[in-house]
Amino acid sequence: MTRQPALLQRALPTAVILLLIAGPVCLGLAGTLLPAFGYLPALGGSVLSLDPFRAVLSEPGIGLSLALSLGTGLAATAISLAIVALFTAAWFETRVFKAMTRFLSPLLSVPHAAAAIGLAFVIAPSGLIVRLLSPWATGFDRPPDLLIIHDPLGLTMTAGLIAKEVPFLFLMTLAALPQTEARRHLRIAANLGYGRMAGFFKVALPQIYPQIRLPVLAVLAYSTSVVDVARILGPTTPAPLAPRIIDWMADADPALRLQASAGAVLQLLLSVGAILIWRFGEILCSRIARSGRSSGRRYSRDAAMRQMAAVPVGLLIAAMVAALAALALWSLTAGWWFPQAFPTALTLRHWAGLFPGGSHLVGDTLLIALPAAVVAIALIVWQLELWTRTGPRRRHAAFRNLMFLPLLVPQISFLFGLQVLFLVAGWDGTYVAVALTHLVFVLPYVFLALSDPWDHLDPRLAKVAATLGASQNRILWSIRLPMLLRPLMVAAAIGFAVSIGQYLPTLMIGAGRIATITTESVALASGGSRSVAAVYAMLQLMLPLLGFVLASVVPAIAFRHRLALRLQR
Amino acid sequence: MSLKRLMPIAAALALTASMAQAQSARDASWDDITAAARGQTVYFHAWGGEPRINAYIDWAAGEVKDRYGVTVKHVKVADTAGTVTQIVAEKTAGRTTGGAVDLVWINGENFNTLKSQGLLADPGWAQTLPNWKYVDVEGKPTVLSDFTVPTDGQESPWGMAKLVFMYDSARLAEPPRSLDALAAYAAEHPGRVTYPQPPNFYGSTFLKQILISKIDDRSKLEKPVDPDRFQQDVAPLFAYLDKIHPDLWRKAEAFPANAAEMRRLLADGELDIAFTFNPGDASSAIANGELPDTVRSFVLTGGTIGNTHFVAIPFNSSAKEGAKVLANFLLSPEAQARKQDPAVWGDPTVLKISSLPENDRARFEAIDLGIATLGPDELGPTLPEPHPSWVAAIEKAWAARYGGS
Amino acid sequence: MADFPPPASGLKLDHVEIDLETRRLVTLDRLVPPGEVLTVMGDSGSGKSSLLDFVAGFLAPAFRARGRIWLDGVEITSLPPQERKVGLMFQAPLLFPHMSVGENLLFGLDRSKDQDRGQRRTLAEDALRDVGLAGFFDRDPATLSGGQQTRVALMRLLLAEPGALLLDEPFSSLDQTRRADLRNLVFSKAREKGLPILLVTHDPDDAEAAGGAMVRL
Repeated sequence: MTRQPALLQRALPTAVILLLIAGPVCLGLAGTLLPAFGYLPALGGSVLSLDPFRAVLSEPGIGLSLALSLGTGLAATAISLAIVALFTAAWFETRVFKAMTRFLSPLLSVPHAAAAIGLAFVIAPSGLIVRLLSPWATGFDRPPDLLIIHDPLGLTMTAGLIAKEVPFLFLMTLAALPQTEARRHLRIAANLGYGRMAGFFKVALPQIYPQIRLPVLAVLAYSTSVVDVARILGPTTPAPLAPRIIDWMADADPALRLQASAGAVLQLLLSVGAILIWRFGEILCSRIARSGRSSGRRYSRDAAMRQMAAVPVGLLIAAMVAALAALALWSLTAGWWFPQAFPTALTLRHWAGLFPGGSHLVGDTLLIALPAAVVAIALIVWQLELWTRTGPRRRHAAFRNLMFLPLLVPQISFLFGLQVLFLVAGWDGTYVAVALTHLVFVLPYVFLALSDPWDHLDPRLAKVAATLGASQNRILWSIRLPMLLRPLMVAAAIGFAVSIGQYLPTLMIGAGRIATITTESVALASGGSRSVAAVYAMLQLMLPLLGFVLASVVPAIAFRHRLALRLQR
Repeated sequence: MSLKRLMPIAAALALTASMAQAQSARDASWDDITAAARGQTVYFHAWGGEPRINAYIDWAAGEVKDRYGVTVKHVKVADTAGTVTQIVAEKTAGRTTGGAVDLVWINGENFNTLKSQGLLADPGWAQTLPNWKYVDVEGKPTVLSDFTVPTDGQESPWGMAKLVFMYDSARLAEPPRSLDALAAYAAEHPGRVTYPQPPNFYGSTFLKQILISKIDDRSKLEKPVDPDRFQQDVAPLFAYLDKIHPDLWRKAEAFPANAAEMRRLLADGELDIAFTFNPGDASSAIANGELPDTVRSFVLTGGTIGNTHFVAIPFNSSAKEGAKVLANFLLSPEAQARKQDPAVWGDPTVLKISSLPENDRARFEAIDLGIATLGPDELGPTLPEPHPSWVAAIEKAWAARYGGS
Repeated sequence: MADFPPPASGLKLDHVEIDLETRRLVTLDRLVPPGEVLTVMGDSGSGKSSLLDFVAGFLAPAFRARGRIWLDGVEITSLPPQERKVGLMFQAPLLFPHMSVGENLLFGLDRSKDQDRGQRRTLAEDALRDVGLAGFFDRDPATLSGGQQTRVALMRLLLAEPGALLLDEPFSSLDQTRRADLRNLVFSKAREKGLPILLVTHDPDDAEAAGGAMVRL
C-alpha cells in the first residue's frame, strides 16, 4: 500500500495556496466594503450609511458608464470567443493552425498597456496607417479629424480588448483540446460527411466549452473592469466605470475615497451581473445548438466560410505586429512629423537615457517577478506532488475553480481594502507585500500551465522507479521534475510575465516606493515623450519575452541528446 | 490694487521681519538639521511623466548625496493626488510616524487637502531654510499664497508656472491672442483646437482662464464659491464653451488626457494650438525632437493664469531633516538657475534675481532661453489662481454638462 | 488462513482477493517457487493488472484487497513499493527519456552498497555486454530499437536486485521473432538468479514458453 502522509501534511500545501489566494481577495473585499458603507474612521466616517452609493449614482453620466463597462466587456468576450471558435473549427490540425499557434503564443506575453499604446498609434487619424497612405492616396496633408480613439461607444476599446483576449482564449482552447475526445470525434463526424466547421460546432465545441468556461468568465470579469486599456483607447465623456473609480480614488478630496469604495463594490456587482447575463446566454445558445445538432445537415461545402474564419485572426496578428513595430520605431525616433511614413532621423538617445535610472527599475521588477514565479512554482509543485502521492481523488475541480477567484473578482474591488490592511500591518511599500500581492495572480496561471503536463506524465515511469527502490523524493527530483523541465520553465515564464504585467497591484500595494517597468511605463504614457514611453513599453514586452526564450532554449540545450524529449511539445 | 490683494504681501513682510530677529538662532538650528539629516533617505514623491524633470531630480539627488550625505529616492507618481491619497490612507491606518512620503511636489487643491486635514509637517519650516532669503516674495506673491490659500510656511516654493500657448508657425502665421480670437479661429478651422479633459489640471486651468476673463467681477474668485450665485457666475464660462465645442477637435466628444498628449497632437499635426504651464516647454520639446522647430509660444493679451509649485513635508515623514535639506538645495540659486535652463528643464525661478550675489546672478544671465521661449517682458501679466473651491465646483459643473453626454 | 510457518523462499500469494465495488476480480492462493513462473491469463478488464498492482504496492484506493503477500519468508503486504523488492516490467520498456542508457542502469543499481563511481559504471557496462549491448552506455534511449530498449529495461530491473519479477505483458509490443528471444532471455536470467516470476499475459505463446503453472482469471 502507498503510505498515506498525515492529514496535516496532506492538507498543508492546499491550505497555504488557498490562504495566499483567497486571503488577500476576501480580506481586501472586506476592507473595501466597510468604507463603501461610510465606515472610514480616519476621515470621520463612523456611521454606516448608503451615502457613498448615492454619491456614485448621482455622478453625471454614471448610467452610461455602467452600460459601457457592461457592453464593451460582454462584446469583447463574445467576439473573442467567436473568433477563436470559428478559427479552431476551420483550421484545427492544419499547417495554418500550427503557424498561427506559433504567432499567437508570444502575443500573450505582451502586456495590455503596451499593446494598447502601440495599437493607438497604428489606428489614430495621425497614426501609422494614415501616414502610410498620405498624402498620395488620401490627399491628406493634415490628419483627418476622425473620432477613432476614445469613441463614445467604446468600439476601439472593444477592439483593443479583443486583440489581447483572443491569444489567451486560443491558448486555453489548445490546452483543453487534448483533454477531450474532440480529435477522434471530429474524424468520426468527417467520416459521416459533416463539413469541418459543422463537425466542430456540433461535436467538439460542446466538449471543449466546459473546459474553457472559467477562462472565458475570467476574460469577462477582466473586460468589464479594465483600467489601462480603457484609459488609452476607451471613451472619456463619460469613461467606463473602472477608470472613473480610479479617478475618484486619486482625487485630492478625501470624501471621494468613500465614493470610490462604493464604486468598487458596484464594479463587483457589475462584473457578477455580466457573468449572470453570460450564463443566460450560454443556456440560450445550448438550446439553439441542441436542435441544430440533430438536424442532420452536413454543411460539407465550407471552404469559403473557412477562409472567412481566418480573416479576423490574420487581421489581429497584423495589427499587433504593426503595433509592436510602431513601438520599436518610436523608441528610436528623433522627430517624426505627419505625414512622413518614417522618422526623419533615428537615434539611440532614448534607449541610452534608460541608464542609470532604468537599470534600477529593471532590478526592482526582477526582484519581485523572479521570487513570485519561483515561489509559485514551488507551491504548485508541492501541491501536485502531494496529489500524485496520495493517489487520484476528487482534487482538481474544486481547487481549480478556487484558483480562478482572483481572476473573477475585479482587481479594484479588493485592492483598495488590501492596501489599507498592509498599511495597518506596516507592510506597505515593501517588496514582500508587493510580491505577495502578485502571487495572488501568478499562482493561478502557474497552476493552469503546470497541472496538465504534470497529469499527463506516464504514471508507470514512477512505478518502475519505485520498484527499483527509488524513494518518493528521488522519484520527484530525478524522474518527474527533470522530465517536466520544459513545462516547468514555461510555467515559470508565464508566472514571471504575469507578475511583470501587474499595474494596479504594484501601484497600490507598492505605495509608490516600489516602481516597476510597468508602473513607469503607464506613468510615462501620460507624459510628453512618445519615444520614451515606447522605450519602456518595449522593455515591458522584452522582459517576459526573454523568459519565454529561456523557457525554450534551456530545455533544448539540456535535452540536445535526448530525442524523445526534444520532440515533445 | 485691493486691500485683500495686499494682505499676503503684508503678511510676508511681517514674517520676514520676525525671521530676521531669529537669524542667529536659526543658523545654529540649521546646523543641527544638516547633522541630523546626514544618512537619512528621503522619498521624494514627484510627478514622473517628464524625462527631463526626472533627470533634473536625479542630478539634485546626486548633489545632495555628495554634499549632505542625504539619499534621495525619486518616487515617480503618475498623479500627485495619488500621493495625497496615500498620506490619507496612512492616517487611516494610524501611522503617525515613519510614513512612506518624506517630500511631495505639490500645489493648489492637493496642498489645500493636506493642509486642511492636518496632514502636513508643522507650519513655518519653509521660512527657516537658509535660501529662503532669496525668494521673490514681493514680485511673486503666489510663493506665500497657493491658489489663495496661505502657505503658512508648510511648503517651500520650487518653481513658477504660467499658462503659455504654443503654435506651429509653419502652419499658422499669426496666432489668436484672445479667447474670442481663439473661438473665431476654431470656427474657421474646425477640429484643430481643444483642451485637456477636466479634471485634468491643464483642462481645469483653461476653464479658470476663461472664467477669469469672462466673469463679471473678478474679486469673487478670491473668495470661496457662493453656492447661491454659482450658476450665474459661471454662466459666461459655459456660454463660451457651448459656442466653441462644436468646432473643437473630435467635436468635443473626446479630449486629450493631459497637456502632454495635447502637445503630442500638436506635433502630429492634429492640432494647431496647444498649451503648457511651463514657458520653456516648447523650446525643450524642440530640443528633444518632440516638436518641430517651427513651433513658437504666445500668451493672451490681458494676461494668463499663473501660480507657484512647491515641495511639502507630510506630518508623518520619517526623514523631515533630510527633506528640509533637499528643499533648501532645490531653492539654492545654483539649483534654481539650472532648472531654468531650457536645455535642462526650463522651469522659471522663484528667486528674486536682483537680490542674488553677483556670481549667482551671472548663472541666470548666462542661460539661453531657446528659440520658442518668451522673454520675461513678453510673458505679460500673471492672473492669480481663484480660490481652490472654484476648481472643484467648475470641474463638477463641467462633468455634469459635458462629461456624461 | 495463512499457512504457518510461511514458506522460506518464493513468492506466496496468500488467499488474495481483489474486489472492484461489488465485483470479485481475483481470487488466488498460490506459491511461486524460486526460478519458476506462474502465468496468469485473462481478457482485458479481468483484473490481471490489479493483481500486479497489489503485489507491487500500487493498488488504487478504488479497489479492495484482502490476503497477504510473502516474499522469501517476509510479509510485504503493507510495505511501501520501494521496500518490497519486487521488480515490475510493463508492456513498454519505459526507459527514462531524460537519461542515457547507462544512467538508466545506474538508476536501478542499488545505492546502499559501498561502490565508487568507477565500480558502478563497470557493473552497468557489464550488464549491457551481458545482453549484447556493449558500448551503449552513453546512447540516448530513444535511438534504440524496441527489443534493445526492453533488454535495457530488464537489466535495469535486475541491477536493483529484486526478490521476484512481475511481468505485465512485457513482450506484447515486440514482433514475433524478437518476442521469443527476449522471452527466453528473461526466463533464463530469472532462473539463473532464482527469482520467482508472476507473468500476466493474454498471449498463449507466452504461457507455453513460461512452462510453469497457469491460472485463468
